[in-house]
Amino acid sequence: MGTDNTQAAGKPGAKRPFRIWRGDENGGELRDYTVEVNEGEVVLDVIHRLQATDAPDLACRWNCKAGKCGSCSMEINGKPRLSCMTRMSTFEEGETVTVTPLRTFPVIRDLVTDVSFNYEKARETPAFAPPADVAPGDYRMQQVDVERSQEFRKCIECFLCQNVCHVIRDHEENKQAFSGPRFFIRAAELDMHPLDAKTDRKEYAQSEMGLGFCNITKCCTEVCPEHIKITDNGIIPMKERVVDRRYDPLVWLGSKIFRRGQVPQTSVTSGHSSGAVTASGAHGGAHSHAGGSHDTAAERQAQQGVNWHREVPHPTAPAVDVNGKLPLTELTFDRAAAPSPFGDDVTFPLPPEHLNFAHPQQDEPKH
Amino acid sequence: MTETRIERHHYDVVVIGAGGAGLRAAIEARLAGKKTAIISKSLFGKAHTVMAEGGAAAAMGNVNSRDNWQVHFRDTMRGGKFLNNFRMAELHAKESPQRIWELETYGALFDRTKDGKISQRNFGGHEYPRLAHVGDRTGLELIRTLQQKIVSLQQEDKRDHGDYEARIKVFSETTITELLLDGDRVAGAFGYFRESGDFVLFEAPAVVLATGGVGRSYKVTSNSWEYTGDGHALALRAGATLINMEFLQFHPTGMVWPPSVKGILVTESVRGDGGVLKNSEGTRFMFDYVPDVFRKQYADNEDEADRWYKDPDNNRRPPELLPRDEVARAINSEVKAGRGTPAGGVFLDIASRLPAEEIRRRLPSMYHQFKELADVDITKEPMEVGPTCHYVMGGVEVDPDSGAAYGTVRGLFAAGEVSGGMHGSNRLGGNSLSDLLVFGKRAGGHAASYADQLTSRPAVSVAAVEAAVETALAPLQRDTGESPYVLQQDLQAVMGDLVGIIRREGELVDALRRLAELRERVAKVSAAGGRRYNPGWHLALDLRNMLVVSECTAKAALERQESRGGHTREDHPAMDPKWRRVNLVCALDGDTVRLTRKPLPKMRSELISLFDRGELAKYLTDEELAEFDALTEEER
Ligand SMILES: Cc1cc2nc3c(=O)[nH]c(=O)nc-3n(C[C@H](O)[C@H](O)[C@H](O)COP(=O)(O)OP(=O)(O)OC[C@H]3O[C@@H](n4cnc5c(N)ncnc54)[C@H](O)[C@@H]3O)c2cc1C
Ligand code: SF4
Ligand code: SF4
Ligand code: FES
Repeated sequence: MGTDNTQAAGKPGAKRPFRIWRGDENGGELRDYTVEVNEGEVVLDVIHRLQATDAPDLACRWNCKAGKCGSCSMEINGKPRLSCMTRMSTFEEGETVTVTPLRTFPVIRDLVTDVSFNYEKARETPAFAPPADVAPGDYRMQQVDVERSQEFRKCIECFLCQNVCHVIRDHEENKQAFSGPRFFIRAAELDMHPLDAKTDRKEYAQSEMGLGFCNITKCCTEVCPEHIKITDNGIIPMKERVVDRRYDPLVWLGSKIFRRGQVPQTSVTSGHSSGAVTASGAHGGAHSHAGGSHDTAAERQAQQGVNWHREVPHPTAPAVDVNGKLPLTELTFDRAAAPSPFGDDVTFPLPPEHLNFAHPQQDEPKH
Repeated sequence: MTETRIERHHYDVVVIGAGGAGLRAAIEARLAGKKTAIISKSLFGKAHTVMAEGGAAAAMGNVNSRDNWQVHFRDTMRGGKFLNNFRMAELHAKESPQRIWELETYGALFDRTKDGKISQRNFGGHEYPRLAHVGDRTGLELIRTLQQKIVSLQQEDKRDHGDYEARIKVFSETTITELLLDGDRVAGAFGYFRESGDFVLFEAPAVVLATGGVGRSYKVTSNSWEYTGDGHALALRAGATLINMEFLQFHPTGMVWPPSVKGILVTESVRGDGGVLKNSEGTRFMFDYVPDVFRKQYADNEDEADRWYKDPDNNRRPPELLPRDEVARAINSEVKAGRGTPAGGVFLDIASRLPAEEIRRRLPSMYHQFKELADVDITKEPMEVGPTCHYVMGGVEVDPDSGAAYGTVRGLFAAGEVSGGMHGSNRLGGNSLSDLLVFGKRAGGHAASYADQLTSRPAVSVAAVEAAVETALAPLQRDTGESPYVLQQDLQAVMGDLVGIIRREGELVDALRRLAELRERVAKVSAAGGRRYNPGWHLALDLRNMLVVSECTAKAALERQESRGGHTREDHPAMDPKWRRVNLVCALDGDTVRLTRKPLPKMRSELISLFDRGELAKYLTDEELAEFDALTEEER
């Protein structure tokens, strides 16, 4: 319908500042744009307007523009979000909105990341096993019994939970052994399916999917746009029965964290006064669990949502050694794992004043 | 261009499209033992099917045991105003229940009735509660289930052959730009990977088109960027024909306010669950718009309509549940008469009809979506809705049983929204999801047996590939042309303003002239940037598809001088039985769209006898009625 011209209430758009990460796997930068924003618009609308005007080749994924397909995941002011569900009215007028790609997955271009990890994990997760002696059409299940699984089937595969989970966000090498929260709830869904014929879903999740790595920080639950109670309803019930029976790597991981945690947590110097923060090595800084249950202040803030009313920070460069290189091997590095591309002294979620993105392989010096 | 690398793949069956139809077709082809590729423009599991909310129609009779395939068939034909290909409607009505039950064996979890069966809900145009559903995210359940079935087949292959992708592989974010032929036989498909911009060639004797619809050519639409009519255009260029292209469905209740969510649909189940439409004067206006053909089934007063929710057997249905084209037209008339909202819609009110708790329980994702996107609380205030381009009934003309495309091409199959005929002039809500499953399976199966019976594999010619490369690269190599975004906007304006829900001869003629101008401009489009994930370039390539499909729609809309279902001519407001006997068929003659008339296949006698004479009298010509009378005479 030609509703376009009849909208009396839509104020003519104000120009608003945006910073968008542009680049590819070879590096890139945050670029500034000034874009018209109309009343009632979401971040994705603004990106579309940019494509139609200043940046025709700006890459981003989207499909439904209604929070149903999970394509448009990105980090907006550092917070993992669906851009089609992030209303512009949640930002201050005049506030710069910074849009960056998901951090946990390799960048393809601009806001598009390579999420194939998730599809690999999906493929490794054993499928539904139909009951042998029930013919199609004869399935009988009670609503109360399917509801638990139905909660998990609401998942739109936006992979925001996979993106925030520190087990892979901070530790690339864990990707091999860890399927991530999205697939823990897939396993849970099948475990709770009234007619699924496979009986060892929990054990499998523990032994093959890396369920034990999860230390229930609940960051995944916090970002889930479908409000699925990933941890409380999915992961914890899956852990419950197996944890005492099996060797749980969490115990092992926990002891390591504890040792490193001896060094008191250094608060990260606030970035906005000193320009780009160069993280100087990665000493100290307790391993962070991305806004989970360890830091009550952070948790409170995560629950309330990000405070949008703040000064815009400068981008954070990755942690490099004296030679200007990322310390990559275990021998030369002071931790038992590859460092976070964002610097191991950066805790997640970033303190609000650090919410900017710097590409890990950025070789160009920044402004 | 110094060199062009082209990745080559060999498959038995290539399925273009990873929505419900494509995935179901691929499953069938793989089950038939064929090496199968699935190609999709977006990521796996994100296709449009994900957005369907209401449900999948199948006459399982779980809620009302009087339902059966004959009733479903009747409803479908009625909804399509008897223009449907009767054989497709018949197959659909008969096979939908099996297709839905099959999904349960793949792991789907539908909402349940008290006795543990699949629950079914009411929906516009369906006589009995018929839509299998999962809250208001049925499409998501459908696509995820099929996606997971494919994964399970891949796990089997891994077990048997050591490789997940031994027999079925998904190529996501890959766009097909051209079908390649060997004489009149399909030989393969050519396209590019969105991610890298590199080209890819699939050599395959059988191709199934399952690319969905065309809504992106309209300004206000519920459709995503994927819906650029690629499959329609690919089929045309390969020598296949399109039918019923004048019929587009405008969903009656898309959001019109606020602007950012314009086009997003408010599921029909809001009306099925008691929501009512009111104009700016607060009148429940649908009672004024019940067409004569529906008087027997629809209430003419509020009391009866309201009683129906509790006692559907003894009351007529509320007029809010009329087929969607009737609702869309009614809203349009109210707005034109000056009784609309400031944003050009009407109010859809559920808040005053059900307790807040109940609304949240029955329509969780609607509630959510409005709250988060628009800050509107549907349990407290009415929604502002209006007609939105939603679905194209027209599509590839196919053999009803096999899904094989008509025209001059062999080895091409089509299923889902890209195919035409099944829904006639108007689709009933919920019939699409079951259509995808029924005809997806058929097309996949028949593509597999077609590939089997071939004695020689068709070969792809180098020249054709070179030509395809050149066409694909052209927009990047020009820097003098216009931006694809501007051209898209202009195209949307032409289609939205001149070939929209209400059509007039003068405007259609004007539209065709403007489309011809646009064609010149589109031929010279240029895209900035490189080949890697460049949406401007992708759009530039989609434009020519949108254009040719829009031409088909405009031409057919001009030709059909009557109003029926998804085609409303202000200058020919009535339905004309003579036009019911005609399908408009589009083919490509070189570059131009050629339109021909083709008689509709005649319904078999046992099918036509399912209707009362009184009802048929509204649709059939006197001649056809006389035939019907003779038939019933015989039976007596
Ligand atoms: C908002 C909304 C709500 C709906 N609600 C309902 C409902 O309740 N009930 C119902 O029955 N129907 C509903 N429909 C209609 C129904 O969802 C669609 O008609 C149906 O999903 C179409 O499925 P499909 O398999 O034909 O195509 P789609 O699911 O659209 O898939 C098309 C596929 O083709 C791919 N593709 C397209 N072009 C190319 C190309 N050039 N190269 C490679 N791949 C390509 C796409 O990437 C995609 O994977 C709704 C539609 C919308 C938009
Ligand atoms: S609870 Fe924390 S550790 Fe566990 S899966 Fe979720 S984000 Fe990862
Ligand atoms: S569980 Fe939630 S956050 Fe994770 S992929 Fe699914 S919808 Fe996204
Ligand atoms: S575009 Fe589909 S979730 Fe945002």
